[in-house]
Amino acid sequence: MLTKRIIPCLDVKDGRVVKGVSFIKLRDAGDPVECAIVYEEQGADELVFLDITASHENRKIIINVVERTAAHVSMPLTVGGGIRTLDDIRELLNAGADKVSINTAAVDNPEFVKEASLKFGSQCIVVAIDAKRRSATWTPGDVSEIDTFKFFAPSSVVPEWDIYTHGGRINREIDVIEWAKRVEELGAGEILLTSMDRDGTKEGYDVDLIYEVSTKVNIPVIASGGAGEIDHLYFALTEGKADAALAASIFHFGELTIPETKRFLKEKGINVRM
Amino acid sequence: MIAIIDYDMGNLRSVQKGFERVGHKCIITRNPKDILDASHVVLPGVGAFKDCMENLQNYGLIEPILNVINDGKPFLGICLGLQLLFTESEEFGIHKGLDIIKGRVVRFDFSNIEGSDDIIKVPHMGWNNIKILQDAPLLKDIPDNSYFYFVHSYYVVPEDEDVIATKTDYGIEFTSSIWKDNIFACQFHPEKSQKMGSMILKNFGDLK
Repeated sequence: MLTKRIIPCLDVKDGRVVKGVSFIKLRDAGDPVECAIVYEEQGADELVFLDITASHENRKIIINVVERTAAHVSMPLTVGGGIRTLDDIRELLNAGADKVSINTAAVDNPEFVKEASLKFGSQCIVVAIDAKRRSATWTPGDVSEIDTFKFFAPSSVVPEWDIYTHGGRINREIDVIEWAKRVEELGAGEILLTSMDRDGTKEGYDVDLIYEVSTKVNIPVIASGGAGEIDHLYFALTEGKADAALAASIFHFGELTIPETKRFLKEKGINVRM
Repeated sequence: MIAIIDYDMGNLRSVQKGFERVGHKCIITRNPKDILDASHVVLPGVGAFKDCMENLQNYGLIEPILNVINDGKPFLGICLGLQLLFTESEEFGIHKGLDIIKGRVVRFDFSNIEGSDDIIKVPHMGWNNIKILQDAPLLKDIPDNSYFYFVHSYYVVPEDEDVIATKTDYGIEFTSSIWKDNIFACQFHPEKSQKMGSMILKNFGDLK
């Protein structure tokens, strides 16, 4: 049976891991390659590098990071951030990335998703979607009240989300469900779905969002944004029906290890690869 | 020397790195002579079936492939490199394959169970386990039910069930690898499957 995937994500800037990984003694906690090796040893199912390098001239650095990583680890590697052209994709795949994640460029030019999936195959085209609740009048229930949490708002208020680009700064005023269905049609092989409301809060994934998207498309959905406790991953994978859960800081700072997480999920009856 | 056939379809570096990590040297090549001279031949591939066949044709690689297989050289097909060995595929219309293994390549079709919350997603993407039906040499030291990394929307249906080496459950039980004489081919990606995957690459390179 297919297992649910646990995916650590490293933010990389100018070839260095932002903030670094601190749970284990590394010679160089800022080196993405060393961090990747540790996650492979822990049994991570995949790894995501999000390149947040701002300056154009430094963008080549990620290619070198990917090459060195691919030489040392044998798990699937997804790279996202600033990908705008077919050449950008080709360079990353040739360097050893297995998938690329496209966000802003997909919204600016949806045909780009189609061209990329025809050219390189759907299996390597991930569309990253940053979504934010449209109305600030209602926020999802806190996970501490999960027992009464119905993953829907009170029936009078149906939650809706807009998609954002440019690292969450610009509202594109497109409904998230509509966009998710569209990128599936365009040939995306997977959706990396981040809640802008929850990202960085450690309050848990936006399970409503994950559920709404995951049950409306036929391609896998990776839940992202808000993981702060082990339960959060559990809810994203069960109530949220996500195919994979992505997390950053809880893994990087040693609050949770991958094996711990997987043991917990397995005890709760979720099929994971040990 | 292991030759990895380069026909512009997918990420060959990771296959090469995979072999290097277990101490086997290999080259990435589309030169028919290199392929004929190699001790072992690998046909990887991701992308669309039709494009792959066209590229093999355009680069003049079909004959060398048939030659090395007929010569009894160890041959490993990965992902599309498995599917291409079959008679035909139904990906975007019917397209002829290499017809070395009789059978078809068909799409996962779970449309009949729509309406349920538990959609079975396509592509089949992630880690799934294999049920070993035959002790193929490449599966040496691999425990039954080991996990491998898959990413595909189509799967092979061989006419002769005796070639099936492993099966995997994804909504249905499908053939996840085949073994016939000197040919082993798998739907999963050993180069992306950590320890168990490395074992398969090592076993392949170790074949005499």
